[in-house]
Amino acid sequence: MTQNNKYELLAKIWSEFSENKIAVVALVCFSIILFVAVFASVISPTDPYDLATVTIMNSRLPPLEEDFSGNVYWLGTDGAGRDMLSAIFYGLRISLSVGVLSGVFALIVGAFFGISAAYFGGRYETLVMRIVDIQLSFPSILVALIILAAFGKGVEKTILALVLVQWAYYARTARASALVESRKEYVDAARCLSLGNLRIMLNHILPNCIPPLIVVGTLQTAHAISLEATLSFLGLGLPQTEPSLGLLIGNGFEYVHTGDYWISIFPGIALLITIVSINLVGDQLRDMFNPRLKR
Amino acid sequence: MIGDPVYMMISPESEPAEIERVIKEFGFDRPVLEQYWFFLKNVVNGDFGRSFVQGIPALPLILERFPATIELAVFSLFISLVIALPLGVYAGLYPERKASKIIMSGSILGFSMPTFWVGIMLIMLFAVKLDWLPSIGRGELGTFLGIESSLFTLNGLSHIFLPALNLALFKLSSVLRLTRAGTREVILQDYIKFARAKGLSHARVINVHLLKNILIPIVTVIGLEFGSLVAFSTITETVFAWPGAGKLIIDSVYNLDRPVIVAYLIIIVAFFVFLNLIVDILYSFLDPRVRIKGSSE
Repeated sequence: MTQNNKYELLAKIWSEFSENKIAVVALVCFSIILFVAVFASVISPTDPYDLATVTIMNSRLPPLEEDFSGNVYWLGTDGAGRDMLSAIFYGLRISLSVGVLSGVFALIVGAFFGISAAYFGGRYETLVMRIVDIQLSFPSILVALIILAAFGKGVEKTILALVLVQWAYYARTARASALVESRKEYVDAARCLSLGNLRIMLNHILPNCIPPLIVVGTLQTAHAISLEATLSFLGLGLPQTEPSLGLLIGNGFEYVHTGDYWISIFPGIALLITIVSINLVGDQLRDMFNPRLKR
Repeated sequence: MIGDPVYMMISPESEPAEIERVIKEFGFDRPVLEQYWFFLKNVVNGDFGRSFVQGIPALPLILERFPATIELAVFSLFISLVIALPLGVYAGLYPERKASKIIMSGSILGFSMPTFWVGIMLIMLFAVKLDWLPSIGRGELGTFLGIESSLFTLNGLSHIFLPALNLALFKLSSVLRLTRAGTREVILQDYIKFARAKGLSHARVINVHLLKNILIPIVTVIGLEFGSLVAFSTITETVFAWPGAGKLIIDSVYNLDRPVIVAYLIIIVAFFVFLNLIVDILYSFLDPRVRIKGSSE
């Protein structure tokens, strides 16, 4: 594909995407969140985990309150005297990286099994798809709970749990589109050139399965972020040393009955905006790639 | 794997002989396969082992908590149907109206909102700020037709309302979207046009001809989702300190109380299978096309 064609394709995708104004707003929102997450350490007013600056004297200050040295806390402070705004910026970074990382791993695992199932067929396909069916008949929270109950909490274990929850969705999607693709002539042609199975799957079939996988990927990433927040809130996901948004909300939950609303409300709003914007973008992508809705 | 069961039951500082004795007594020195065989044999006999923490058999421990969970799930299903069905039918009948668009965007918000956070917000608004409803625990139980439930007392209803609303929001959007999609499909069918041409009232066409036909997919989904409602109630139960099986399982995961976790999972799986059966039976009631031939004629 020439450089020029690539630009044309991108322009075409963008013009289709931007037909839905809400999706564009969602994309802008998500870009801002992504920027905040990546540059959290630069744009945060304070470092919430630097023990030298955080004092218990400033604990549970309401939003817009000043401390004794005149620093303003826009969103107040939590029980340990940490600035909520900075904690949310850092929390976004952790939540997003866990969500995206688990999404990428699940995509790799799922696409591999899905495409190879469609390509080889037979008993192997039946086996893989039955495992997928079994997994999908269980609620995601239950699968994640089983894994965390067996292995304990921690960053890599949470990611493992999220991957195991999600891979089946990718596998099913990948298989569905790979089934269509592997019956096409270019795959026969590649076989006639006696290319290896792996090469045909990776270089020929996989690129044509990407669009539906992207759609599933966006929606599943939103789901993963939400699930991670839930697990961390329950105290089973990430450890206290990696305070994601879910953990921040969980910490704020202790103060619900004393009326210190800001400790759990603001991280929740940040989480909500993240999930809603990803879902809206994913919804629009799904409509774009859905041939049935094409005029 | 975490959580050596030996040290769950006795202190790690015990005498080596004492540790040895516990290992022997529970058969932890046997090969894994043999231990697994014993476990299977006991499960078939209804013995899931004893809770490490409470020292009582795991099965009754869970079964005792199950009514509270089922009660919560049923009531929240009721709430979500009462809200979602009319809104979904409305959005399906008039997809171009502004209200329908608001309903549909609201439903995206609905399934994006993390359940546990919504629960906290409900507590803050209705329990702390307005002080209308209690936010913790299950209320008084009443007995009606031999069933003991908190749905039969005013105090119990006030306790169940917030958690049930919280759990209902989780399912509301999917039922709403399904109802809307069903309505849009059914409204174009010939029998609806025919019913209108016969001069039947609008209300009758909607309530009888339309609703009956969109019920089939909805019943299927509700049946299957009821299982996930029970599973997801773990979150709501933790937020509202609702003494159900979900709260128990979270506590057991904290305490590494493995017999209780395993027993809970087996019960939930059995429950799922049972639900699927119920859905299949209901299906044949609602849809005469799938009735088994020669059974009732």
